[in-house]
Amino acid sequence: MDAIQVENLTKKFDGFTAVDDLSFSVPSGELFGLLGPNGAGKTTTINMLATLLKPTSGRARVAGFDIARNRDDVRRSIGIVFQDPALDGKLTGRENLEFHAMMYGLDRATRRTRIAEVLELVELADKAKILVEKYSGGMKRRLEIARGLIHRPRVMFLDEPTLGLDAQTRRHIWDYIRKLNKETGVSIVLTTHYMEEADYLCGRVAIMDAGRFAALDEPARLKDVLGGDVVSLELDAASESLSDQVRKLAWVKRVKLHGAELSLTLERGDRRIPELIALAQKNKTTVVSVNLHKPSLEDVFLHFTGKTIREQDQDQNERGRPSRGPHGGRR
Amino acid sequence: MIINTTAVYVLWLREMKRSIRAKSRVVGALAMPLFFLAFLGLGFNRMGVPGLGGGLKYIHFLVPGILGMSLLFSSTFAGLSVLWDREFGFLKEIMVTPVNRVSIVVGRIAGGTTSALIQGLMLLIIAMVIGFRIPGPAAFLLAFLFMLLIAVTFIGLGLIFASVMKDMQGFGIIMNFVMFPMLFLSGAMYPLKNLPAVVQMLSYIDPLTFGIDGLRGALLGVSVFPVLFDLLVMAAFSVVMVVLGAWFFERSESV
Repeated sequence: MDAIQVENLTKKFDGFTAVDDLSFSVPSGELFGLLGPNGAGKTTTINMLATLLKPTSGRARVAGFDIARNRDDVRRSIGIVFQDPALDGKLTGRENLEFHAMMYGLDRATRRTRIAEVLELVELADKAKILVEKYSGGMKRRLEIARGLIHRPRVMFLDEPTLGLDAQTRRHIWDYIRKLNKETGVSIVLTTHYMEEADYLCGRVAIMDAGRFAALDEPARLKDVLGGDVVSLELDAASESLSDQVRKLAWVKRVKLHGAELSLTLERGDRRIPELIALAQKNKTTVVSVNLHKPSLEDVFLHFTGKTIREQDQDQNERGRPSRGPHGGRR
Repeated sequence: MIINTTAVYVLWLREMKRSIRAKSRVVGALAMPLFFLAFLGLGFNRMGVPGLGGGLKYIHFLVPGILGMSLLFSSTFAGLSVLWDREFGFLKEIMVTPVNRVSIVVGRIAGGTTSALIQGLMLLIIAMVIGFRIPGPAAFLLAFLFMLLIAVTFIGLGLIFASVMKDMQGFGIIMNFVMFPMLFLSGAMYPLKNLPAVVQMLSYIDPLTFGIDGLRGALLGVSVFPVLFDLLVMAAFSVVMVVLGAWFFERSESV
């Protein structure tokens, strides 16, 4: 059974369409990524699937339950880590977990074992008695992940799980997420605007832009669309003859001569570099430097949306993100 | 819809833990009514405010009024605290749980009422230290019932505002244009018959008027309306406010 099925889901805020006629499904056990800049509609999508926002139109089922008609069943089946922290700083780590477990109706014995279990998982057992307002950003994130797991959800939503964390903590949390998905079999939907994150974690990635999916596939296949690696050879002088010879090679897909720089698109670029240099020598051309660029999801994003994700973020900031009031939050 | 008692309990427990840990907030909340009691009491006691009834001293007349004022503020703030939870994101955590919304409202009211009542009782004890006398246990229980109804009514009101407002920006407006007028219209600090007739009419739509009158009836044996009438009016107000508060809260979006 699919963990999530979405049909024509749409959300409008005062005439602004945040999520535009989205349809997709996530099979059970998958680690699915929503990649896009701020304001692309990722958080709005998650909030609708988590029953916090009502869709303007369209339908969705989460863990088999309709998000409009069986809200409590959906709520029981999901765990969620919000983009902004959603902890009570005046409670300790354990009290935050205890609060959550009681809200989900777990009995005392189950609460004790599960809380011990999740604290162990996120390595916060020794910090459980400290007020959450004294936690670091990374600790708060880990505590929220732990909290989302207490009631053993079938679907887990992670909204920008590593936003604003340092590189080391980010790695740490990635490993948790992977371990979690592998060991518990929970289906995970995560949003991110970090390319590496989507690439490293997700089985499939949807590239989201202006409320729609620009593309949806496995990261490797998305990158294949670009046709492979790019090898740039800086030559001592522009050489038409070299460029013509290279063009005849079967394994070179694209050739571009830009002044003294020769750019080639090809698969397995690292293995072809020696051949290319040999060929240049035969042509009496000196290669000054070689640059190999493996395609990233950043390139994929550029390919599908015509912009880099950073440019998109800037655009969004200039236009002003749609939000209700100064504390409306990102969506 | 069945009330989820575990959820109500844990929401109440959270409120208690928060207030115990925010001792400075409790002290701050007690300070204002105490200053009012001390300075108004000292300032007007010798002037002989007319219309107090029953040969009362002004300071004794003032005690139930300031008690009502303390309950008005602490309860409305307790209802408004939903806004803080929204600000700090914790509201989402509450709203995404499979607990029905009525239980969430009941939990909030239970927590807020307890905090407001504890503050009210502390104020009453301080008043007794400076010479205020409660006639007996029955009078105390009746007064306690009024305190409860005042607390519940204004938590409901706070919930309505919190659900409509979305963020903290309207806080000053509510403070200045709702809470202070309600306080002054209630007759907390002077007998209502000293107000012009037109203004008195406004007093009769202010729940606090009946709450404080009931408190005076219970604690001093002097009231404008029969105490039973005050009790019925307050009971009606509290039911209406809670239902409206729950209704608005249910409809507000939490993100």
